[in-house]
Amino acid sequence: MNAAGFPLLSLLTFLPLVGGAIILSVRGDDAVVATNARYTALWTSLIVFALSLLLWVRFDASSAGFQFVESVNWLPSIGITYKMGVDGISVLFVLLSTALTPLCILASWESIQTRVREFMLAFLVLETMMIGMFCALDFVVFYIFFEGVLIPMYLIIGVWGGPRRVYAAFKFFLYTLAGSVLMLLALLAMWSVAGSTDITVLMKTQFPVAMQTWLFLAFFASFAVKVPMWPVHTWLPDAHVEAPTAGSVILAGVLLKMGAYGFLRFSVPMLPNASASFAPFIFTLSVVAVIYTSLVALAQTDMKKLIAYSSVAHMGVVTMGIFTINAQGLSGALFQMLSHGVVSAALFLCVGVVYDRIHSREIARYGGLADRMPAYALAFMLFTMASVGLPGTAGFVGEFLVLVGAFKVNFWLAALGSSGMILGACYMLYLYRRVVFGKLTRDDLKSILDLSPREIAVFAPLVILTLWMGIAPTHFSGFWEASVAAMVDHQHAALASTTQLAGIVK
Amino acid sequence: MNWISALPELVLACAGMAILVFGVLAPKNAFRLASMFTIAAFLITAMLVMGATPSLGYSGLFSTDAFSQFIKLLILAAATLGVIVSLDYSEHENMQRFEFPVLILLSTVGMMLMASAANLMSLYLGVELMSLSIYVLAAFARDNLRSAEAGLKYFVLGALASGLLLYGISLIYGFSGSMNFADLSAELTSASQASTGVTIGVVFIVAGLAFKVSAVPFHMWTPDVYEGAPTPVTAFMGTAPKVAAMALLVRLLGGPFAHLLAQWQQLIVLVAIASMLLGSLAAIGQKNIKRLMAYSSIGHMGYALVGLAAGTPLGVKGVLIYLVTYVFMNVGTFACILAMRRRGRAVEGIADLAGLAKTDLGMALWLAIFMFSMAGIPPFSGFWGKLFIFQAAVNQGMWALAVIGVLTSVIGAYYYIRIIKVMFFDDAAEAFDARPASLSFVAVAGGLFTTGFFLFAAPVEAAALAAAKVIFG
Repeated sequence: MNAAGFPLLSLLTFLPLVGGAIILSVRGDDAVVATNARYTALWTSLIVFALSLLLWVRFDASSAGFQFVESVNWLPSIGITYKMGVDGISVLFVLLSTALTPLCILASWESIQTRVREFMLAFLVLETMMIGMFCALDFVVFYIFFEGVLIPMYLIIGVWGGPRRVYAAFKFFLYTLAGSVLMLLALLAMWSVAGSTDITVLMKTQFPVAMQTWLFLAFFASFAVKVPMWPVHTWLPDAHVEAPTAGSVILAGVLLKMGAYGFLRFSVPMLPNASASFAPFIFTLSVVAVIYTSLVALAQTDMKKLIAYSSVAHMGVVTMGIFTINAQGLSGALFQMLSHGVVSAALFLCVGVVYDRIHSREIARYGGLADRMPAYALAFMLFTMASVGLPGTAGFVGEFLVLVGAFKVNFWLAALGSSGMILGACYMLYLYRRVVFGKLTRDDLKSILDLSPREIAVFAPLVILTLWMGIAPTHFSGFWEASVAAMVDHQHAALASTTQLAGIVK
Repeated sequence: MNWISALPELVLACAGMAILVFGVLAPKNAFRLASMFTIAAFLITAMLVMGATPSLGYSGLFSTDAFSQFIKLLILAAATLGVIVSLDYSEHENMQRFEFPVLILLSTVGMMLMASAANLMSLYLGVELMSLSIYVLAAFARDNLRSAEAGLKYFVLGALASGLLLYGISLIYGFSGSMNFADLSAELTSASQASTGVTIGVVFIVAGLAFKVSAVPFHMWTPDVYEGAPTPVTAFMGTAPKVAAMALLVRLLGGPFAHLLAQWQQLIVLVAIASMLLGSLAAIGQKNIKRLMAYSSIGHMGYALVGLAAGTPLGVKGVLIYLVTYVFMNVGTFACILAMRRRGRAVEGIADLAGLAKTDLGMALWLAIFMFSMAGIPPFSGFWGKLFIFQAAVNQGMWALAVIGVLTSVIGAYYYIRIIKVMFFDDAAEAFDARPASLSFVAVAGGLFTTGFFLFAAPVEAAALAAAKVIFG
C-alpha cells in the first residue's frame, strides 16, 4: 500500500462525485434545494481539501519517484491499468485544485442564483476531473480525465455565462477537443510501440527519433491549445469573458496548467530528442506570446479580457521555462504555474467582486474605488504586484528562475522574455490606476460596499499564499527539486545515448 | 444433420408463429400481451444462445461460434429494447396491432440467421427475412402518408440492394464454384490468384451490404426513411439491423474473402471515410432530430468500418465493441426522442427540446450523456468504441484513416453539443407530457450502460476478443 495507508488519491478524486450524488438527491422547493446544494458542495470540497493536506504532510520530497501509488487491473489483456500516483511535479497541482474549488464555491455563493443545484454539481464533477488528471499514471486514465473536464466546463460557461456564452462555450469545447483527439492518436501510437499505457513504462521507453517528431506534434496540438500558446489562444479571452467568475477562476487557476503539465509529464520526458529539436520553435511562440499578448492586454477595455491576455503572456513564460530543460528553467516554470494559479485566480475574483456590485466589467465604468473599498484596494494591489512580479510576492520567483534558465540557453531569449515583465507592469498598473485610483465620479460607485466577510474569507487564503510563496519559495520548490533534477538527468542521458548511436552508425 | 445448432432460431421462429396465432384468436386487442410474449421469447432465446455450443449444422449452411453468439445476444438486446420503446407510442398513435411485435420478432430471426450464416444462400435468406419484415414495419402507420412513403422507398431501394447482393453471389458462385464459406476460404487463398469475376462479385456483395448498414454512397434512403417511419421503428431500424448487416460484412470479408484483403481493403477505407465525412457534415444543418440521428448513424457506421478496414482480429474486436456501445446509446437516445410529446402529440424538432434542463432535468441529463457519448467524450461508452477502433487502425499504420476519423469526430461533436446547448442554454419551451415508465426504463438502462461502461469494459472486451478470433482466425 502507499504512504497514506489507504487509497488517498482515489478518495480525493471521487469524493466530489459523492457530494454530487447527494446534491442530486436533494428534494424540496427551489430555495431549499439551492441552500442545501451550496452547503453540500462547500463541505464536500472542504473535506477534500482537508484530506489533500495529507499529501502536503506525508509527501517525501527527497524522492523523485511516484508516491501514494495505487494500481488496480482494469483491462489487463490490453495493458490498461487504473493507476494513480503523484510525484514532485504533480503533487502541488492536486493541492492547488483542492484549494481553489472551495474558494470558487464560496465566491459563487451569491452571484449564482439560477439553477444552483446544477452549478454545484457541475463544479464537483469538474473537481473530480481535475484531481484525477493530475494523479493519473496511466495514459488512458489521464486522457479520460483530461477530456472529461470539457463536459462540466462547457456547461458552466454555457449555462451561467454572459451574453455571448454560447459562442464561447462552443469555441472552448471544439478547440480543445480538436487538440485532444490528435493526442489520442499519439497515445495509440505509443501504446502500439510500448505495449502498455502505463506512464512510468512510457517514460522509460525509447521511441524512434523520427516517430518522436510526429508524436511531439500531436501532443503539441493538444497541450498548446490548452496552455494556450499563441496563436491558438483565441478561445481563452472569449471563454474567460463569458464564463461566470468561478468558471474563470478555475479556468485560469487550474485548467491552463493542464497543458503545461502535459508538456512536463509527456512531451519532455517521453520525447527527449523531439523536445530538444522543437525547443527553438516553442521559444519563438513563447516570446511572441509574451510580447504580443502583453501589448494586446494593454489595449483592452474589459477587465476580464485584460487579465485573460495577461494569462496567455504568463503561460508563455511557463512554456519557455519548460523547454529550456535545465533545473532553473523547469523549476521556474513550475513555480510560475503555481503562482499564476493563485494570482490570476485571485485577480479574476477581484473582478468578480466589483462585477457582482455594478454588473459591468468595463474599466472605464470604474475609478476611485480606493475611497470606498480600502480593503478591496489593498487585496487588489497585492495581486497586481504579484502579477507584475514584485520581489516578495509569488510572481517574482517563477519569472526570475525562468529567465535565469533562459539565459543559460540564449541571451536574446532571456532579453526578449524579460520584456514581458516590463510590459506586464505597464498593463497591470494601468489597469489598477484606472479602476482603483482617480476621482470617484459615478453615483452608484459612491455607495459601493467594501468586501463582505464572505469575500474576505475567500481572499485571505490567497493573500497568505501569495506572500508565503514570495517570502519562502523553498517551502514549495522543495517538493519538485528531486523530480526536476531527475528529469534533467533523464534528458541528458537520452540525448547522449542518441548521439552515441549516431556515432556508431557513422 | 446437426439441427440442434439452430435451436435458438427454431424456438424463436416457433414462438413468433404461436404469437401470431394467439393474436388472431385473441378476443380483444392483443397488442400488449403479444409484445410481452415477444419480449419473453427474446429472453428465452438469449438464454439458449448463451448455452449453445460451437457447431456447424445443416450440411455446412449454419454455424454457431463465439462471433455469432456475441452478435445474436446484441441483436436480441436491441430487439427487446426496441419492443419496449414501441409500447407507449403504438397506443398513442393508434398502431396497437399485434402484428407489430411479431414482425420485429421475425426480422430478428432473420438477423440471427445472418449472424450464423455459413453459406451465401443462408446469408441471403437471412437478409431477406430481415428486410421484408422491416419494409412492412416502416409502413406500419398505414394511414400516415409519410410512413407509407418511407416503407415504399425503403422497399424499392432495398430490393435494388438485394438484387446487387444476389448478383454478387451468383458471380462468386460462377467463378469459384462454391457458395460455402469454408470452401470459398480454401479456394481463394491469395489475392493475386483471384479472378476478376470473384473481385467484382465481392464488390457487389459489399455494395449490397453497405446499403443495409447505410454507408456512403448507399445511404440515400436513410434520412427519409428514418424521418418517415414511425419512431419506434426508426429506433429498431437504427440498431439491430445495423448490427446484423455489419456482422455479416465482417464475417464475409474476414472469413471466405480474408485472403482478398488487398482487393477489398481500399474499398472499405473509402466507404468508411466517405461515411464519416458525410455523417458529420450533413448532420450540421438538420432541424429534425430523427433526420439528425439518421446522419449520425451513417457516421457511426463509418467509424465501425474503420475497424473492419484494419483487417485484423484487433479491428474486428473494435467493431464489436463499437456496435455494443452504439446499440445502447442509440436506443437510449430514441427513448428520449419518443418521450418528446406535447399534449399527446409527438414532436420531433430539435428546437422542441429547448430548455429541457429546466422542465425535466432527468431526461436532459440522460440525453446529454448520450450526446456526449456519441461525440466520443470519455468516460462514456462512445469513447471506448472509438478508442478500440482507432487502436486497430493505428496498429496497422493506417494514419490517414485515423487522422480523418478523429477530425470528423470533432466536426460531429459540434452537432451533438448543439443539442446539449438547446437543452441546457436556451430558454425553456413548454414542458413535455409525463414520460411513460417504459421509455424511462429504456433511457435509464441505456444511460447506465453508457455511463458505467468503463466499469465492465474488461468482460465486454474479453468476449469481443474471443468472438473476433473466429474472424481472420
